[in-house]
Amino acid sequence: MSFTRLSDILRQAEVTELPFWHMVLLDDMEARDVTEEESVRTMRSMLRSMKEADRNYDADLRSFSGLSGGDGEKLEKAAAKDSRIMGPFLASVMARAVKMAESNACMQRIVAAPTAGSCGVIPAVLLTYEEQFGATEEKLVEALYVAAGIGEVIAARASISGAEGGCQAEIGSASAMAAGALSHLLGGSGEMIAHAAALALKNMLGLTCDPVAGLVEVPCVKRNVSGAVNAVAAEEMVRAGLRSRIPPDEVIDAMRRTGRLLPDGLRETAMDGLAATPTGQKIKKQLLQE
Amino acid sequence: MNIFDIIGPVMVGPSSSHTAGAVRIGHTARKLLREPVRDAEILLYGSFLVSGKGHGTDCAIVAGLLGMKEDDRNIPDSFRIARERGMSFRFGEATELVDAHPNTAVLKLTGESGKKLELVAESVGGSRINIRTLNGFPADFSGESPTLIVYNQDRPGLVSEVASMLSREDVNIATMHLHRSNRGGTGVMVIECDQEVPKSTRTKLSLAEGIKKVTYYSLKDQD
Repeated sequence: MSFTRLSDILRQAEVTELPFWHMVLLDDMEARDVTEEESVRTMRSMLRSMKEADRNYDADLRSFSGLSGGDGEKLEKAAAKDSRIMGPFLASVMARAVKMAESNACMQRIVAAPTAGSCGVIPAVLLTYEEQFGATEEKLVEALYVAAGIGEVIAARASISGAEGGCQAEIGSASAMAAGALSHLLGGSGEMIAHAAALALKNMLGLTCDPVAGLVEVPCVKRNVSGAVNAVAAEEMVRAGLRSRIPPDEVIDAMRRTGRLLPDGLRETAMDGLAATPTGQKIKKQLLQE
Repeated sequence: MNIFDIIGPVMVGPSSSHTAGAVRIGHTARKLLREPVRDAEILLYGSFLVSGKGHGTDCAIVAGLLGMKEDDRNIPDSFRIARERGMSFRFGEATELVDAHPNTAVLKLTGESGKKLELVAESVGGSRINIRTLNGFPADFSGESPTLIVYNQDRPGLVSEVASMLSREDVNIATMHLHRSNRGGTGVMVIECDQEVPKSTRTKLSLAEGIKKVTYYSLKDQD
């Protein structure tokens, strides 16, 4: 049985006296009829693929449309020169998020997490944490299970598809998953993980999916930055003792309802919002002529 | 959906539906043909037609037809690789489709031996796909399970014969769809299974009375 409520994961974790991530592992073993070793091996390969994609970033690549490429390197250089405002951690998180999203736009190999368009959020947070504070591979794999558990519940109760729920379902879900995963890395309890996810998702409610020319580039690439930074902020709030006033599962339900209320033009159809701006239309026309 | 649909798949970007799903459509078609593709006519519809170019939908489908999977780094290079291997392909607009899923492709394939296959496939979200029709018959299968497609004479008892043949081999049926052209005409059973169907069973099936043809989709690379 797959989880459909974060509160169910927390309750079962309490009964079994096992951590949040372990409940997700057990659930996967049952759902796919695999051993613990097989499940962990697959998750480890996801982590390694994320690292490989991060390492293989090529600042010289440009997407087919010419809209994406090279910005991650700019951020990285700027961060190396002066990171007084964001601090070295967030500055690096931002650069990583853009790099991964650009790699995706340029047809490089990435890990959808939960989608290709939002693939930069989780690795930006986890890999930068590992780089700057140190974390074992085992711990990072656990964090990915936490992220997967949150994503699984969001997919079951709401959606992880921009066409169904707008960008809140993609970058919003990725941000919630990353917030929970970071909380785990910092020793957060199950309850803290759930609230970090809830706070991150709340900040993303209502986010529309209005990609220029229908491509996963504008605004998707830079929106990975907002998802990643928001995840770090949500975790920080929870560690400071703040909690979501609305219970985490109810926040996810609100996301589902909000998604349904979004007009068609703002759900990946490229009909409205940024896609409908004069410049967005001009870009689309140019691409169709090529 | 399992947790590796959430963290995963590992894929070449930019879009799970327009790129990874498109590779899977090509890959599934190649497997259904069961021999290398010599010529492919690829007709695109809806969003595949409008934003396919920018998402690499075209080179993704060709990559799949060459046998590549969604994480293959050579996907952007598939046109060149196809030419090297002597596979010809053309793109067009799927004008015959009406009210189809927005991400639909029609594939008309000819294999090395001259074998033909025609299918209509949809990329339905994430990188999941649905084979809508196969050789003109409704199909509706995902390519995520071993799938048996049995063309048969429409007569009583044939479905139970096929089902019991599978149960004798301990093959569990996950889903089963039945369609027919007209009463007493040609029927088709599309059976998604939990286990691979052994070659001997497939041969036995194809020789059974009332069975016209058996097509098999295996999850294994070689079968």
